[in-house]
Amino acid sequence: MDLPRLETILSRYEGESADLIPVLQDIQDAYSYLPKEELHVVSERLQVPLTQIYSVATFFKMFSLIPKGKHQIKVCTGTTCHLKGSHRVAESLSHRLGVEVGYTTKDMQFSLDTVGCLGSCAQAPVMMVDDKYFGRTTVDKVPKILKLYK
Amino acid sequence: MPRFESIDHLREYRRQLMAKRDANQPQVLVCAGPGCLPMGSEEVAAAFREELEKNGLAAKVVLKECGCHGLCAGAVRVLIRPQEITYQHVTSEDVPEIVEKTLKEGQVVDRLVYEDLHTQEKAAYKKDIPFFKGQMPIVLRKLDIIDPTSLDDYLALGGYRGLRKALMEMKPDDIIDAIDHSGLRGRGGGGFPTGRKWRICQEVEDEPKFIICNGDEGDPGAFMDRAVMEGDPHAVLEGMIIGAFAIGASKGYIYVRHEYPLAVSRLQLAIEQARESGFLGKNILRSGFDFDIKISRGAGAFVCGEETALIHSMEGNIGEPSPRPPYPAQSGLFGKPTVINNVETWANVPEIINLGADWFANIGTEKSKGTKVFSLVGAVNQTGLVEVPMGTTLRQIVYDLGGGLRQDREFKAVQTGGPSGGCIPAQFLDLPVDYDSLQSVGSIMGSGGMIVMDTSSCMVDVARYFINFLYQESCGKCTPCREGLKQILFILDEIIHGRGQEEHLGLMEELCNAMSAASICGLGKSAVNPIRSTIKYFREEYLAHIRDKKCHALVCRPLLKYTVDPETCTGCLACVRECPVGAISGKKKMAQEIDQELCVKCGLCYEACQFEAVKIE
Ligand SMILES: Cc1cc2nc3c(=O)[nH]c(=O)nc-3n(C[C@H](O)[C@H](O)[C@H](O)COP(=O)(O)O)c2cc1C
Ligand code: SF4
Ligand code: SF4
Ligand code: FES
Ligand code: FES
Repeated sequence: MDLPRLETILSRYEGESADLIPVLQDIQDAYSYLPKEELHVVSERLQVPLTQIYSVATFFKMFSLIPKGKHQIKVCTGTTCHLKGSHRVAESLSHRLGVEVGYTTKDMQFSLDTVGCLGSCAQAPVMMVDDKYFGRTTVDKVPKILKLYK
Repeated sequence: MPRFESIDHLREYRRQLMAKRDANQPQVLVCAGPGCLPMGSEEVAAAFREELEKNGLAAKVVLKECGCHGLCAGAVRVLIRPQEITYQHVTSEDVPEIVEKTLKEGQVVDRLVYEDLHTQEKAAYKKDIPFFKGQMPIVLRKLDIIDPTSLDDYLALGGYRGLRKALMEMKPDDIIDAIDHSGLRGRGGGGFPTGRKWRICQEVEDEPKFIICNGDEGDPGAFMDRAVMEGDPHAVLEGMIIGAFAIGASKGYIYVRHEYPLAVSRLQLAIEQARESGFLGKNILRSGFDFDIKISRGAGAFVCGEETALIHSMEGNIGEPSPRPPYPAQSGLFGKPTVINNVETWANVPEIINLGADWFANIGTEKSKGTKVFSLVGAVNQTGLVEVPMGTTLRQIVYDLGGGLRQDREFKAVQTGGPSGGCIPAQFLDLPVDYDSLQSVGSIMGSGGMIVMDTSSCMVDVARYFINFLYQESCGKCTPCREGLKQILFILDEIIHGRGQEEHLGLMEELCNAMSAASICGLGKSAVNPIRSTIKYFREEYLAHIRDKKCHALVCRPLLKYTVDPETCTGCLACVRECPVGAISGKKKMAQEIDQELCVKCGLCYEACQFEAVKIE
């Protein structure tokens, strides 16, 4: 375990139990998942039982207990995108990457997920790779987008 | 940025700021709002920077990246001031021509201006475009002119004037009276009178008190809160500071959705600027009042938009709602009195204080005052953000502002209120929109998403979509919601697979009654709206699925059949490459054929074919 890395995160907070979610968010952002050993330390420091940490970690969609890929692909399946066929975009990505929605490719390059709405509904269907948005992503644009990250 | 030591100091600074600014200075305002960003705002802005530099105009022309300009369908939009010429579908390649023609020679680049779809009439100036003419921007007023990272820009447009007035000329009671009298109701969905909520909180004798801004914006199809947080963050802060002063709160939080990273950074910057200038922190503007704001990031759970669930998650727990009363205003964050309002609600507050309760109360309908921002999306031509007085009719919004339906298709329904809203059919197009009228037709205002559907949408699919969404998002705490949604989803799946029975409709309605009566929170209570409204207004469509096993809109997968038309197929094999199960076969340059046994009806071939040779029936 990389304790100094975790210490940097913990030092940003006062160490109260209400800091649990922000601390987990920072760990998720830094490690791309919530490693088990780190969670033990968090439990001690914030005085929060491990059971509660697990219940929080499994309740919220942003947390993952297994490592995520280098690039995170999120396909919007919000109402507007759904009506414009975003499930086909998800299916095409899944087919091209060889990975089911919700999982990570074997080479750890891509994680594929669907989300409720990305807030760019005027350009439906919308997808995001890491922090970049792509609008009007029809199936034929999928290979071009993937190429940018391969 | 100086730290403002007094009101006079602020006034003097603003005066100097205005004197320094030349109203006739040319400005290029590139939209970097939620609709334009994915279409390349950053590239367009970069191209302008380079081109202005190249032409020696960098010092003369102000270049800004702003929030949503409203008509997102024309992304990327660029506004040229002071003339207010608005260009649409701008790419970096168009930039040299805009610089040359418009900025240097003062001419309009014709090919980039708005064109009316029906009359083909062109309009270069914002004031001549019907989309903008029918609106009354209050919350969105500054979005297309200010740089959201500049406090000076906000101050130049009268920013923090409301706060100045609240702190210097009003007592907390006067502020609450004004909000009460203005008739402002919560913009987050419920429509609870804001002044009344503040009064309840103010009257509780307990310390400390908290203020929360709900920026969770979970309704899919809604992006007005994102646009405001990203485009005019100081307005949200100013509203919160005024509210905190009124109820006597010392700490505030903004809860922002996990999917909105830009909103988080914009708000964070605005908070730092406000602290530096003395609008936040100790002894605000030397009035003796202390207040500070922190950002809390959501972690991806729809139910956390519900106020009690949101508060639980801010305390470090899972986001399960709890029964009300007690209301957060009585006992909220850490058990202390807490006022929680939506982003748009907060953004209205400074203007109400600044321009007066009467001004606001004169806008809108009898029971719903002011304006409402809607995100108008779906099957309309002009998708974007609109802000109209309460009481504007659906027809005005969909046809006058939205420019009617794409490809002149037939209007089928407009869905309002997010997953807990309803589908409103054509017969109610002349309904004046406010909180109460929407409820009377089986929908709700929600946070303002307005999704227009044409005949290519299947209402059974839409109902299933929302029920599935809510089923996934139900926290599972109470049985009627958890189990009810599961059973309704099961029934809808039966119908979609052609195994539906007519009794199913009655059964779903029965389940709805139980859910709306016995669920703890609004998620379960109002999850019935999509079912009730579609059964009531689109019964025929359910029956077509049940009796004829047909989905006339060609949406419900199990009821479809994909074939290749041998006449039109060129044998390009685009579909073959796309098919995930290898169901398509045939020789190159010859007509292809689909093996119906293998086909999983995903529709990828249909979308991949450039020659429209794949047919659905
Ligand atoms: C399931 C559910 C989800 C909600 N999501 C949101 C939301 O995303 N944003 C919001 O402002 N209010 C949301 N609300 C409403 C809040 O509970 C609360 O009423 C609101 O934030 C109060 O602010 P207002 O009075 O200014 O509208 C939701 C309610 C429910 C039941
Ligand atoms: S109604 Fe649904 S979401 Fe709300 S508390 Fe009950 S189970 Fe949870
Ligand atoms: S619908 Fe999907 S599975 Fe069926 S032939 Fe087309 S691509 Fe293949
Ligand atoms: S529905 Fe996809 S971005 Fe909103
Ligand atoms: S985001 Fe650019 S016009 Fe709406």
